[in-house]
Amino acid sequence: MSGNAKLEIRDLTMLYKTGDGVRNINLAVEQGELVTLLGPSGCGKTTILRTIGGFLQAASGQILISGKDITHMLPEKRPTAMVFQSYNLWPHMTVYENMAFGLKLRKVPKSEQKRRIAEMLEMIKMSGYEKKYPGQMSGGQQQRIAIGRSLLLQPDVLLLDEPFSALDAKIRSQMREELRKIQTDLNITVVFVTHDQEEAMALSDRIVVMNKGSFEQVGPPQEIYNRPASRYVADFIGEMNFIPMPDGSIKAVRPENVSVSPGTGGNLDGYVRTIMMLGHYIEMTVDTDCGIVKLFVSAEEAEQYKRGNPVALTLGESHRYNDDQSAAG
Amino acid sequence: MYMSYLNPKRWVHMMGRKKFGEFLVLAAFMLFFYGPLLHMFMLAFANKYEMPGVLPQEFGFQWWRYVLAQPTLVSSIVLSFTIALITTALSLLICIPAAYVLARYEFPGRKLVMFSFLLGNAFPKIGIYASMGIIFYRIGLMGTLPGVLIVHLLGGMMLMIWMPTNAFKSVPRQQEEAARDIGAGPIRTFFYVTLPMAWPGIAVASMFTFIGSLGENQGTLLVGLPNYRTMPVEMYGVILDYPATAGAVFALILLIPNVLLLFLMRKYVGPETLSKGFKMG
Repeated sequence: MSGNAKLEIRDLTMLYKTGDGVRNINLAVEQGELVTLLGPSGCGKTTILRTIGGFLQAASGQILISGKDITHMLPEKRPTAMVFQSYNLWPHMTVYENMAFGLKLRKVPKSEQKRRIAEMLEMIKMSGYEKKYPGQMSGGQQQRIAIGRSLLLQPDVLLLDEPFSALDAKIRSQMREELRKIQTDLNITVVFVTHDQEEAMALSDRIVVMNKGSFEQVGPPQEIYNRPASRYVADFIGEMNFIPMPDGSIKAVRPENVSVSPGTGGNLDGYVRTIMMLGHYIEMTVDTDCGIVKLFVSAEEAEQYKRGNPVALTLGESHRYNDDQSAAG
Repeated sequence: MYMSYLNPKRWVHMMGRKKFGEFLVLAAFMLFFYGPLLHMFMLAFANKYEMPGVLPQEFGFQWWRYVLAQPTLVSSIVLSFTIALITTALSLLICIPAAYVLARYEFPGRKLVMFSFLLGNAFPKIGIYASMGIIFYRIGLMGTLPGVLIVHLLGGMMLMIWMPTNAFKSVPRQQEEAARDIGAGPIRTFFYVTLPMAWPGIAVASMFTFIGSLGENQGTLLVGLPNYRTMPVEMYGVILDYPATAGAVFALILLIPNVLLLFLMRKYVGPETLSKGFKMG
């Protein structure tokens, strides 16, 4: 692994009593990089994050930040800051007190506390909220404060555990954008955990797709989307049609890579099953001998099709996987 | 035109038969519940009250002056409040750490420990006090302040364990983790985050302990006499030896802190804290 990684995880294993957990994890995150751990619940992504934060003890392996081994450090001594899903502002403290707590512990002078908190509130667009209590604010506002509270301490690595999943869709995407902007402005190193593949695609420099305690694929969003390394990844990221082939392998084609024309004689023939309006495009499903295939067409194009019409499908860029889920080319 | 506001016929037609019935039941209940209290209140402020009269012949503070002039009664008031304060402070010191452990750590027998505090309240108290008395005789705690304090502590123990345990449980672990994450050690985390967040439940338990200690009589009578005579213990004597009007004054003094604390509780603590406080598990 490269020597100048901000965060480096070496051969990390952390197991629960039940036998679940993560095994032999290796990951290096560069300064200023935002890496997302993506996977369904129970895949071990939060376990890794909490082990980095010091809330779980590694069974074996090492965690290094700026080259320094922090594997056995207490959470309060680590140069990490964590933002939790449920905001976790202290309800008996005002916004100002919440933010000042960490600075006070670090013996930052009062006047500087004030200046830094004012700056941070400005950056997260929450100026004027100093005297509010968490219970008086919306979920989105609370999470902004929670992120601000963590950033104030200038952590080497910022850890975010599904920070936006309790928010509604509109605020979620707005918060994503703002987080990305702050992260690039300050050039901070972030490990982000989510089960939302859309969120991972939108935010990340690199995505780690996880399955049952280990890494399935690590790479930039484009690469993960265009060249999924396994059937699992192909299934988890975006939408995918899986078409069984005569030789027993499986062909995977994204809906946007399937084109349709009336009649027969395509790679695959079938009948229109449903036509669904989804805003600026139309989603069509086609009943074929190899199962149901999903594809997208424009509104004008869709006008010529009706339910039950015979259609011919042309399959564009595709991937092949064997049944044992590894890539076959 | 003349109209009687007290004519029950009008009430029946205005409220409907069912509502009027409910009203009667409520009125009877209120009279049954508050009647004796009101009577006591009246007696306490009666200078002169002779038998056939419904209302006292003369109102005033004569019996207050009388009671407050009795040195034994006054000293029992002081003693009661002193003991209640020490009991509350001591049980906070003992029970808060225990409650925290019960709330945060899973260990075999945890439920049994919780249950054992309930057991103490499941038997007639006098039996427990009698057996404690036997032990106290042997180790020389009879008639001593520590003896009395132990009796009072035991009385409030169940509440002081159960309610704070549940109060600590209702503090999300992640709130503590957030504090650790920001750089607070375990002790700072406890005093700046956990304890303040659990405080409403603990405050209620402390109030109950305080009130319970003020009202404790059986055990104090058995263990404390003759050296420690608290208000409820003196009450026995007052009922036998003094006129009813003096007894009423004394009872009111006993009642004041309870009413005050109940008001405070209603103001600062919701029924939710109370009901959550009694969950076991």
